[in-house]
Amino acid sequence: MKKLTHLVAGASVAFGLTVAASLPAAAVDFSGKTIEWTIPFSETGGSAKWANFFAPLLSENLPGKPTVVVKFMPGAGSTKGANWFQKQKHTDGTVMFGSSGSTQFPYLLGDPRVRYEYGDWNPVMASGTGGVAYLNAEDGAKFDGTANNLKGKTFVYGNQGATRLDLIPALAWKMLGMDVEHVMGVKGRGDGRKMFESGEATVDYQTSSAFLKNVTPLVEEGKAVPMMTWGALGANGDIVRDPTFPDIPTFKEVCDATDGCETSGPAWDAWKAFFIAGFPSQKIAFLPAGTPQDVMDAYTKAFAAIAARSDFAEISAKRLGKYPMYVGADSKSALAGAITVSDSAKDYVTGWLQAEFGVSLK
Amino acid sequence: MDILSLALPALADAWSLILQPTVLMYLLLGVTMGLAVGVFPGLGGIAGLSLVLPFMFGLEPSYGLALMIGMVAVVPTSDTFASVLMGIPGSSASQATVLDGFPMAKKGLAARALSAAFASSLFGGLVGAFFLTFFILVARPIVLEFKSPELLMVSAFGLSMVGILAGRVALKGMMAAGVGMLVATIGEGPFNGELRMASYDFPYLADGLKLVIVGLGIFAVPEIVALLRKDKAISERTSLGAGWLAGVRDWWANKWLSMRCALIGVIVGVIPGLGGSVVDWIAYGHTVQTNKDRSGFGKGDVRGVVGPESSNNAKEGGGLVPTLLFGIPGSGSMAIFIGALSLLGSGELEVGQVMLKNNLNYTYAIVWLLALANVMGTILCIALSGQIARITNIRFALIAPFIFMIISFAAFQSGQNLMDLAALFAIGFLGIMMRRFDWSRPAFLIGFVLANPVENYSNNANQIAGIRFRQGFEAGMDYIASPIVLTLLVITVVSVIVGLKQARNIRAEGEVASGGKRAPLLFLLTMIGFVSFALYDTATIPGYAFVDAVFPVTIASASLLCGLVLLAQMRLRPESDALFADRETGGEDADNCFALWPTLSWFAALLLATSLLGFILALCGFLLAFFRLRAGLAWARSLVLTGIGIAFMCFMARLLNRDFPPGLLQHYFDLPWPLT
Repeated sequence: MKKLTHLVAGASVAFGLTVAASLPAAAVDFSGKTIEWTIPFSETGGSAKWANFFAPLLSENLPGKPTVVVKFMPGAGSTKGANWFQKQKHTDGTVMFGSSGSTQFPYLLGDPRVRYEYGDWNPVMASGTGGVAYLNAEDGAKFDGTANNLKGKTFVYGNQGATRLDLIPALAWKMLGMDVEHVMGVKGRGDGRKMFESGEATVDYQTSSAFLKNVTPLVEEGKAVPMMTWGALGANGDIVRDPTFPDIPTFKEVCDATDGCETSGPAWDAWKAFFIAGFPSQKIAFLPAGTPQDVMDAYTKAFAAIAARSDFAEISAKRLGKYPMYVGADSKSALAGAITVSDSAKDYVTGWLQAEFGVSLK
Repeated sequence: MDILSLALPALADAWSLILQPTVLMYLLLGVTMGLAVGVFPGLGGIAGLSLVLPFMFGLEPSYGLALMIGMVAVVPTSDTFASVLMGIPGSSASQATVLDGFPMAKKGLAARALSAAFASSLFGGLVGAFFLTFFILVARPIVLEFKSPELLMVSAFGLSMVGILAGRVALKGMMAAGVGMLVATIGEGPFNGELRMASYDFPYLADGLKLVIVGLGIFAVPEIVALLRKDKAISERTSLGAGWLAGVRDWWANKWLSMRCALIGVIVGVIPGLGGSVVDWIAYGHTVQTNKDRSGFGKGDVRGVVGPESSNNAKEGGGLVPTLLFGIPGSGSMAIFIGALSLLGSGELEVGQVMLKNNLNYTYAIVWLLALANVMGTILCIALSGQIARITNIRFALIAPFIFMIISFAAFQSGQNLMDLAALFAIGFLGIMMRRFDWSRPAFLIGFVLANPVENYSNNANQIAGIRFRQGFEAGMDYIASPIVLTLLVITVVSVIVGLKQARNIRAEGEVASGGKRAPLLFLLTMIGFVSFALYDTATIPGYAFVDAVFPVTIASASLLCGLVLLAQMRLRPESDALFADRETGGEDADNCFALWPTLSWFAALLLATSLLGFILALCGFLLAFFRLRAGLAWARSLVLTGIGIAFMCFMARLLNRDFPPGLLQHYFDLPWPLT
């Protein structure tokens, strides 16, 4: 875990260089091929932005310069796409999949609809992200760095599914004592944002890349007020301010300042454990089961070359935020961090989901 | 003022997006493809768009828009050739044109009919584009207020029109729409991922059926099979004759009629889902009603050409309204258009309110591309009319295999999967049966296209309304009964009433004879069987995933009710009743020179051979055998035509880097491309 946590964008670039240098030249050639990178969400969410950012770069850096297209397969909060990917076999290395925290959580929680096994898949790249919760203008004006003034008011939130990444904001708001009604079955965070924009939802959260692109204009127009980020993991495992949003307080700070919200105890431990599983290595690119080593190497080399670009820190900060990126072997340990959560945290969340949403995972 | 500060810069921006040589080239390419697609009977906007869909990935947004808009805009212009020269509608939007256009051609006035039609089409297209410009300006602030209940109402508005589409027996149309919606719910549920009418042992269905396949199967396949069974030279060699100027003068003399029909086209186009299949009939009905001297209609009155042709191009502008403003498809081809938009560039374009808000320049670019495409299309049609007319002299048996080949290729674009072909064949068979027994196919497709938005928005609206009502009755009513919702409700009711009055003019599928109880009864029982299965399957979805069950259970129950009423009516009524419509018993289909089953077995054979030999080898055999045996060509010509077909397929596949669906043979042997 530690190895992961102290890596930041700059360091990962340096790491990428060493990987690139140490790999043998691959005989894999994708000339004239089309690589289909399936994202199990709709076109409007953070994963879409993430894949659309990497696709053209990947195309330039893979041997033979194949066309890389991003395909969207939304449904059941990414379970549909992940179940689909589980059925894919290696053919010629042109099938790629991008999972997200919303794919990891139901897997961790033993959701009965999950028919995929992370252990079967081959990670080639992982990158972290953060998340920002924001309020409508009216309630945002009442927000003073604590949730004290937000109690006693009913908020509406478009939720992708109780066992998805949405459990991070849901649990956070719950711990803050906010009364949030969840509209279930929203197809992606982009659709949740549309509900916020139309005024149907009054509170929302987006992952960093989607926040940068779609919510920043709303903030500038005065239609949305950022509330808190989930933070980032500091070197010693503490939650620190998100480097992409240094001016926005973290949930930890807000919780500390809010009456009745505690940053210790079972609720906090569970929240933090799921945050670590969900965000610092949230989005992972996979090749299907049975992919031979030379193809894996070709992809690893391509992603390392992307990370080694002199302008990478700059262009990725603009579109994805300032988060670490892991390539090759490091993406494997990133995956391990993303799919490991202590039993006590799991039990707490399972119990809370049952009580709050009536979701039975047994 | 919002209009001046926002719209004018966006309009100027839109022009700078369009007026680039590359964009205009893409537009010209789209227009040319659209003209080709329109000329061939059986191919329409859906087939055309699904062919260019794979080229959209990552394409510069303005290029992709130009290509697609160019294609969609001119299909209703060039489909006139088939209607006037052959007496066969080139696409569903030109059915009414046949009534007076074809008699004119028989009298040697083909050129006059065509030029009147082109002038009307151009005028209608421009009216549509101007309307859209104006409508976006006015509607933008209102549309930005739309929430789930409003969007649900817009979708429901579209669905409420199926009764009008249904033709003579409204219940059949409603049940057809219900079956369309149920077919759309096949696969994993959108909320909890629970499987509906599918199983993981059969993964193809778990992904749901794709619109391209359903659209092509339900419309294109039945048309091709029907035309093949007639197998006449599509038109007896008619000379176009003179009279190009006379046609334009005819249009000018009826410019007010043309204006009224264009407005009808725009208004009908705005209704989600209704689209092309009825607009020409409504315009034709209006044309006949508003003229004192009706004796000439049906025998070659040029006003019968001007009316429908003014309306069917105008409706494309109207049809873009729900598509662009709400993200709710105005028709089958618009549903594909929405899907294609998200593939453009890095996916920055989203239709709906977001586009109005953030991409007003693209919104206007679409409008002006539409207008430009109409002008280009008309010029090309007039300039090339001699050459295009010659195409219509070719026997359909020589064209049909190519059209079927192209449709198959379009169908398996998404997955290079043999199952795509099988699904196309299955849906095609359903389409043939629906056509035979006069069940409304447009109603089926509307159901299929609108099922998704209706399910989504009703889920959202229902939950949010629940929350609001818990806050207080007033808050709840404010949400579900907003002024916009109420206005839409009134519009829906008025449209249904006006629509039902118009319904008698609509013969969306032509006259169908009745006779014989057994076959129509059997088909009804099959439909009831499917609906009952859907009801059973979705009603047994476990409780934790009940959200996935609500919509299909509701629709299946309503459809089952329709079915049972129909069943009771069938017992009570004589076999001459419209209920027992069956094309095989009378009318033009009874005089076919080929029976249904042998014609169909050609395509079944292609499917079977593909599963054994792979697509390209199977296609070789199919084309060769078809040309030699069915069309009766000499070996030499059969071989040449087969070669052309295979070469075209390989060219397209090379361009797209696609493989063809493999068969059993490829399972055992490694074959070189394109046989893989």
